Amino acid sequence: MLTPQEIEARLERVLLTVQKPGRYVGGEYNATHKDWDAIQTKVAFLFPDIYDIGVSNVGMKILYDQINQRDDALAERAYLPWLDFEEVMRENEIPLYALESKHPLVDFDIIGITIPYETLYTNTLNALDLSQIPLKTADRGPEHPLIIAGGHTSTNPEPMWPFIDAYVIGEGEEVIHDIVDVVQQHKMSLREGLQPDAAISHTDGETAASQKDAPRSDMLKKLAQIPGVYVPSLYEARYMDDQTIAEVIPLVEEAPKRVLKRIVAKLPPAPTNFIVPNIKIVHNRATVEVMRGCTRGCRFCHAGFTTRPVRERSVDEVLEAAEKAVESTGFEEVSFLSLSSSDYTGITELVEKVSERFPDEKLSVSLPSLRIESVSLDLMEGLKKRRSAGFTLAPEAATERMRRIINKFITDEQLLETATEIYKRGWTTIKLYFMIGHPSETIEDVQAIADLSKKVLAAGRHTVGGKAKLNLSVGTFAPKPQTAFQWVSVDTFEQINEKQDLLKKELGRGIKLSWTDPEDTVIESFLSRGDRRLSDVIYTAWKNGAKFDAWGDQRRYETWMDAFAEHDLDPTFYTHRQRRVDEIFPWEHISTAVHKKFIFQDYQQSLEGEIRVDCREQCFACGILPIFKDMRRENPGKGWMCPEVKVRKKKMIPVENK
Amino acid sequence: MSEAIPATRLRIKFAKQGALRYIGHLDLHHIWQRSIRRAALPLVYSQGFHPQPKIQLASALALGFSSQAEVLDIWIEKDAAWDLKKLQKAVPEGIIISDMQEVELRSPALQTMVKSAEYEVTLLDEISDSLLDEKLATLMDAESILRPKRIKKKKRKRFTTVPPTYDLRPLILEMKRIAPQQIFMHLTAQEGATGRPDEVLNEMGISVEAARVERKALNLK
Repeated sequence: MLTPQEIEARLERVLLTVQKPGRYVGGEYNATHKDWDAIQTKVAFLFPDIYDIGVSNVGMKILYDQINQRDDALAERAYLPWLDFEEVMRENEIPLYALESKHPLVDFDIIGITIPYETLYTNTLNALDLSQIPLKTADRGPEHPLIIAGGHTSTNPEPMWPFIDAYVIGEGEEVIHDIVDVVQQHKMSLREGLQPDAAISHTDGETAASQKDAPRSDMLKKLAQIPGVYVPSLYEARYMDDQTIAEVIPLVEEAPKRVLKRIVAKLPPAPTNFIVPNIKIVHNRATVEVMRGCTRGCRFCHAGFTTRPVRERSVDEVLEAAEKAVESTGFEEVSFLSLSSSDYTGITELVEKVSERFPDEKLSVSLPSLRIESVSLDLMEGLKKRRSAGFTLAPEAATERMRRIINKFITDEQLLETATEIYKRGWTTIKLYFMIGHPSETIEDVQAIADLSKKVLAAGRHTVGGKAKLNLSVGTFAPKPQTAFQWVSVDTFEQINEKQDLLKKELGRGIKLSWTDPEDTVIESFLSRGDRRLSDVIYTAWKNGAKFDAWGDQRRYETWMDAFAEHDLDPTFYTHRQRRVDEIFPWEHISTAVHKKFIFQDYQQSLEGEIRVDCREQCFACGILPIFKDMRRENPGKGWMCPEVKVRKKKMIPVENK
Repeated sequence: MSEAIPATRLRIKFAKQGALRYIGHLDLHHIWQRSIRRAALPLVYSQGFHPQPKIQLASALALGFSSQAEVLDIWIEKDAAWDLKKLQKAVPEGIIISDMQEVELRSPALQTMVKSAEYEVTLLDEISDSLLDEKLATLMDAESILRPKRIKKKKRKRFTTVPPTYDLRPLILEMKRIAPQQIFMHLTAQEGATGRPDEVLNEMGISVEAARVERKALNLK
């Protein structure tokens, strides 16, 4: 493998032939550079899309920080090259390298891949291939890094099972350290038990190979014992005659029957020394996560089900982090991140205090994911001075019936009132998110989206005149595993087209409509609820050129369909099939701590159009609290939104003398 | 406009090295803005609907070139404290500040003061001294060197028939071999008459990827 110096020498010869070479050279402010030779364990974090998209990923930033805080480990970053540079890399045999040291990824002990959405699967394979690392766990030896992955897609890791050595289920802040520890112990034991003669004496190829692999499978077994770590190669999936899952069972005793997600009891201090890119990227800003999880219980929302319980940071902690982040980055914008910013307990106070702390008016503040019913007038007033371009609201549905089905209940009046207030305060553009494609949706429900949008724009015109604009983003529903809609089917192309055509026809001047390409929805759908057999499809699709599936102009739907055909699988089995109520899902052995019973009940209620209110008002016993009760008990008070768990009466134990 | 705002004008000389070679002129502007914010220097902003920080870079450096001699003027609030060391800590790796001084507020815009630039070019592929000397002599002896003009994409359509040319020769002030595979170039660098090292190399049949170019000096009026 090439040395960093050799890689740099080759880069010098080719970088000027590609677009935006600044993506490929690192050197950003706040990047951490450690002495490679002095550090025991090296971790490369990889975001399997281009730099412009990946560098602002908060999850990766958190992990980069966690590892670099250790004296015995270092973390570096890698992203995928864009098509032009990939071609150049392959031509010049430049392996994928980390930006900080320019070491090829294969030199690292661990490669941690962040996979927040399924359309990054082919890119993940491409990244491994560019790193010259065997794509499959089964083909990797002691000379290869441990390949771990995590992120939102890990709630159904099965389609990627043969490619990833170990999956992190849930939150990574603590478990990453456990993984590093196991890898360190493993390296140490390898060094101690190294018998060079033994390796040579095996002439029989097969024995030598299994001998070589033995230590790696030992390591995998140790990893499988870490709570929150899933080692797919230690499990086997069995199928029923109808192709659904019979069971997924562990093959070794070290692997637990079910892998429960890991969470942190309290959000650790937020990272503040963000990488400041030298080039323009998608989200060039500092981010402070104010809260994790969401209490609203929207039935389609994957994050809402899988990131429970809600844990908040205090206003002071958030402010301090924001201040530090702005100081250490010089960013012009700070974004307060959560699944539902306006539900954050201290939101109004936070916005007020931001104004006090940052009298410099050039700092803009963004609050993504505002809930219509909880955006108060005070909040709008507070944001007015620091507004970034637009104001985004997500009503999702436009009829009472659909709102009940998806459990996102607001009224038209609330939306119109809020929109009017927003226009009144000087925002000329409002962006609304709607969703189409739920199996219960009728064409009337879609018509209602058009009608309501027109009313919102009319309210805007009435308030501020012709300046008022409305951007409408209409996504297509893709059912996700571990949510109330994991049983339902995706709309067919015909259904989606009919609905989208209606909207395109209905919506005209003043309303800018954007929608999801139906092919995109279908690809996302089979990938997100796939089983292990889908791994062959992913492999073949990648082999035949599928990559950057999240990029509209790169997506190759036909390549995917051909890959299904090659493996004699039917994509509609995964997409347009209503699941039996007693079906065992491919992800059944992965637990987000929300009971299947609860999820099923939620699904039943949806069919009845029954609302479940915000669980801050009433606990519905989703499963989080019984499973994490000890954690809750140790963290009483407002940090968690779940009800308090009483402190057990102390047993009479002898008190030690001081 | 700038006269209306009381300010201190600072001239910063810096080197641009390493990864920053691959960062373009506009991005470098942003890098400086953020660095100055990190150093807590109170930048003065232009007035108007879209206030812009008052920052001027003397001369754009082509992508891929390193430099020992970049010049930047910034305007900070009048009599605000400034400190070279503090600013150095706030810039990304690859920017090395060599000098920072107050200059006359009313002195002309930096871009208009640049006269010429000196470059040192290292050729990465082997080339004999004699062949290199011959190539240099050919250029220096030429009376004029017509090269196709670069036109921005938007304007390109207007010139569909005859691509316009410009004469590169008068833009070359001096050129010589200073070591094996190493050339010194002194090119004009005035608005509308800027000699580009990559154009010179190209004329010599050498691609810019096969050369390491460093700006050694920027001569101001």
